[in-house]
Amino acid sequence: MELILALGIGVLTGSGVWLLLRPRTFQVIIGLSLLSYAVNLFIFSTGGLRTGAAPVLERGMAGSLASHADPVPQALVLTAIVISFATTALFLVLLLAARGLTGTDHVDGKEKSR
Amino acid sequence: MSDALLLLAATGLPFIGAIVAGMLPTHARNTAAWLAGAIAIIGLGLVWAAYPTVAAGGVIRHSMAWMPSLGLDLTLRMDGFAWLFAGLVFGVGALVVLYARYYMSADDPVPRFFAFLLAFMGSMTGVVLSGNLIQLAFFWELTSLFSFLLIGYWHHTAAARDGARMALTITATGGLCLFAGVLLLGHIAGSYNLDVVLASGDKIREHALYLPALVLILMGALTKSAQFPFHFWLPHAMAAPTPVSAYLHSATLVKAGVFLMARLWPVLAGTEAWFWIVGSAGLATLLVGAYVAIFQNDLKGLLAYSTISHLGLITLLLGLNSELAMVAAIFHILNHAAFKASLFMAAGIIDHETGTRDLRRLSGLNRFMPFTTRLAMVAAAAMAGVPLMNGFISKEMFFAETLTAQASLPLLLHILPFAAMVASAFAVAYSLRFIHGAFFGPDPVDLPHLPHEPPAWMRLPVEILALACIIIGLLPAATVGPYLNMAAHAALGAATPEYSLAVWHGFNTPLVMSLLALAAGVTLYFLLQPLFRRNIEGPPFISRLEGRRMFERSMVFLSWRLARTLEGLLGTRRLQPQLRLVVCVAILAAGWAVYRRGLGPGNLVPQGIDPVLALIWVIGAACALGAAWQAKFHRLAALILLGGTGLVTCVTFVWFSAPDLALTQLLVEIVTTILLLLGLRWLPKRLPSTGTSEVMRTGRRLRDLAIAITAGLGMAGLAFGVMTRFPPEILAQHFLERAYTEGGGTNVVNVILVDFRGFDTLGEIAVLGVVALTAYALLRRFRPAPDSVDVPEQQRDQSAYDIARPERREGDTVADWLLIPSVIARLLFPVVGMVALFLLLRGHDLPGGGFAAGLMGSIAMILQYMLGGTQWVEARLRVLPLRWMGLGLLLAAGTGLGALLFGRPFLTTYFAYADLPLIGEIPTASALLFDIGVFALVIGATMLTLIALARQSVRGHRAAAPRVSATSAPAVPGPILGGAPTTAPTGAPTAATGDD
Repeated sequence: MELILALGIGVLTGSGVWLLLRPRTFQVIIGLSLLSYAVNLFIFSTGGLRTGAAPVLERGMAGSLASHADPVPQALVLTAIVISFATTALFLVLLLAARGLTGTDHVDGKEKSR
Repeated sequence: MSDALLLLAATGLPFIGAIVAGMLPTHARNTAAWLAGAIAIIGLGLVWAAYPTVAAGGVIRHSMAWMPSLGLDLTLRMDGFAWLFAGLVFGVGALVVLYARYYMSADDPVPRFFAFLLAFMGSMTGVVLSGNLIQLAFFWELTSLFSFLLIGYWHHTAAARDGARMALTITATGGLCLFAGVLLLGHIAGSYNLDVVLASGDKIREHALYLPALVLILMGALTKSAQFPFHFWLPHAMAAPTPVSAYLHSATLVKAGVFLMARLWPVLAGTEAWFWIVGSAGLATLLVGAYVAIFQNDLKGLLAYSTISHLGLITLLLGLNSELAMVAAIFHILNHAAFKASLFMAAGIIDHETGTRDLRRLSGLNRFMPFTTRLAMVAAAAMAGVPLMNGFISKEMFFAETLTAQASLPLLLHILPFAAMVASAFAVAYSLRFIHGAFFGPDPVDLPHLPHEPPAWMRLPVEILALACIIIGLLPAATVGPYLNMAAHAALGAATPEYSLAVWHGFNTPLVMSLLALAAGVTLYFLLQPLFRRNIEGPPFISRLEGRRMFERSMVFLSWRLARTLEGLLGTRRLQPQLRLVVCVAILAAGWAVYRRGLGPGNLVPQGIDPVLALIWVIGAACALGAAWQAKFHRLAALILLGGTGLVTCVTFVWFSAPDLALTQLLVEIVTTILLLLGLRWLPKRLPSTGTSEVMRTGRRLRDLAIAITAGLGMAGLAFGVMTRFPPEILAQHFLERAYTEGGGTNVVNVILVDFRGFDTLGEIAVLGVVALTAYALLRRFRPAPDSVDVPEQQRDQSAYDIARPERREGDTVADWLLIPSVIARLLFPVVGMVALFLLLRGHDLPGGGFAAGLMGSIAMILQYMLGGTQWVEARLRVLPLRWMGLGLLLAAGTGLGALLFGRPFLTTYFAYADLPLIGEIPTASALLFDIGVFALVIGATMLTLIALARQSVRGHRAAAPRVSATSAPAVPGPILGGAPTTAPTGAPTAATGDD
């Protein structure tokens, strides 16, 4: 299990970094999204991989790690998901504005001089 | 009045007055002057009220906790020394306000002037009353800042702007040095409290860090007091209105430097280093300033250099390491404030009434303004040190000190009295030039205005100050004696020496020196007459050594040439190398950490591989690789593949017991995909590259591929290492135990978000709001690139079809497009809305919550936009995202503030369960209200961004309409995703080509 997820995170990171280094804004935005999946999964995995652990407490009872999933990485990742959504939105709008303003979708705002 | 109130009022009132004055209408000259005058007088009254305590040797203190954990308090502290300075600041301040009322023209924005002046007054009071070194450095920088604003008050003239900038650059740089210096000093003394620091003089002087601390602090003091070689900013600050010069350069700004040196004198002085640095700076400044002053043609320029010279005198006295010299320094600070303020004001009167300050054009003003002439003569005599004036007495003390100074280098001691005499002779010469040049001689010719006496009120401050010069000169012990004594005792403590303030000390050496200097000065002035008549510019011999030019050269070098060179060497404006660098550094940092600490096998045995999850991740990895592969030429395909990876992530969350994450991830996935789809429309068609050589491109790609693979492998290794280690428990256990008992919810993740870490969530939704507003603002000014303006090909075909058939109107086909899905979507709208509400209400106990519910609500609406078209929806549904956002933020923050009403800290929650008919038992913790705030903000922010993007299609079509068919009515906007996004018009003029 750990191996699968670790390899998955690795592939997402690799694809994300590759796209991050590309010259077109759309490639970069896709790359950042992939990278954020990888990072979210990584943070999530720091709580340990547990199948079948209860995510929700019994009414009136205190939970314990023995039977419940670790809520801290989950809370962190929930925040991270929302924030990465916000950055994607902001980046998309910037991308569009830059494209409208400069006429190109190169990350530097101009085609590379040849 | 309590001490605390007194000190707070003295420091705070000027700032409050500054704010009030700043809000007055532009032409409220009298109101602003009354306000400023009243505050200065009140300040003076407050200072006076403190006199009984301070005169008895007491110290008034008030401390407020600032950062108690660091042992830092904000302390206001007034002893006799600070009292004297505070009195000077408010007293001269009041006179300057009165003078400025008549000096400033009604055409200037005078309230702004008084606002700056008051703020400066407050900063200066803050400096002298600070009982904490860091606080002192703070107010110090404030004085730099407000003097910048005051000097640059007439910002329409280049001279004012340059002078202000130069003053700020030099004094603020000095202020930074001072800050570093006081940090060191506080470190040595073990406290930043002034009382503690003043009591640990020996400890400081013997410390290894004494010299660095001393140099840094002196950098601050010497730059502020315009000491050689930093003196050159002061003459350029003369571009300020004259009341500013009278205030800043007589009693306040430049005196801050000598104030600081005198304040820290018991701690820092008494060493060879102090003598050499302070003494030589003072001596050089004294001589250079006096020499240059003689040859100034501008009245204010002459006074500026004479100010520099007198500050040099005070600095030299402080540098002599003798208590008696220290007393003389304090006395001269007072005297200089009196005569220099009145001289600046007199120069201002001349400028005001004649229209010029040029000594080559002025002459014979005595016949037009006899009163002003007498007043200026008194003040100039004090400046020159003529007997029976206040300047004479402190100068006598100075001469006596130069004769008895102690130092390790005897040669210097022999030079010192002569240097003092030479400087004094120069002072006589420039004072004479001021008076003789401006007021005597033949009648002036060709002046801009016919000179006459100024208004009586404008002359009053000069009269008061000139009177002070005479009375102090005649009866020093009876007038300033007690105050000087009090200040000296406060500054020196038990080490205060015996001294006598008297006009006549017998026929002694200092008197002879004085008389010699007087005679030499008069002779020098008359010898120099031919030189003055030749219209010389600048002093002989050293006119080429101009501080300003060196300053400007070094500024150009630092801020332009050096910066450009460094940028060329080290920087790049291209994003790709920057990102490559960031990624490489991250890889190296992680690699370094692993190399140092090792990443051996963990302490958990890996669980067995589940074939289903393995298969899912094969798909996920394939999607990610595919997205990376296709993102360049097939954007839609890449987007779909990205969604595939997102879904796999989502499934993973479910798999490993995180339903909340899965839910949020799924919804975010949907919204993100819609968002990116909306953006695709505006991107250029991508054609295969033709330009760069294949070899180069392959090389670059291989390098990037290597980086990507390294990053991926490293991340996989790290992730595996982390997952096979036992996770830290403490935090998890803490939250699991308290989620229900203290947060009142069984969904621990939600309780953490809205309760335990509610403040973070508040910040997070604020970020969301800011992002949405930014997106909205950017898109308001959005102009699509020329090749994306046209209506998409499909819509053009559909419109052409409509036009070709007489029974159809243009737009009918577009309107019918996806009719059945759009009907279904309309029917689904209430259902999706209910699901959103359901998610919101159950969030505290079961997976869901404000974020998920907000996203779900947005999806309900954006579905209508997608299938019904922007205009169809907006004719029927007004979303008002800004209201949603405002409501959400207010609700979330208001819930947090509500806790304050019950005497609990911000964002404390209350919880209970309510039994609603039909719906059943729902948790009604106040966290629910907070969550509703989150919900509203998420809906608002998401909708604001999405709608702003969606409307671009309408706008874009509108812009394109004339080009598509000049005769037809405005093109009907179809559903916003009506055109296949990747098909930009073929043969577009600027279709970009792909390259890496």
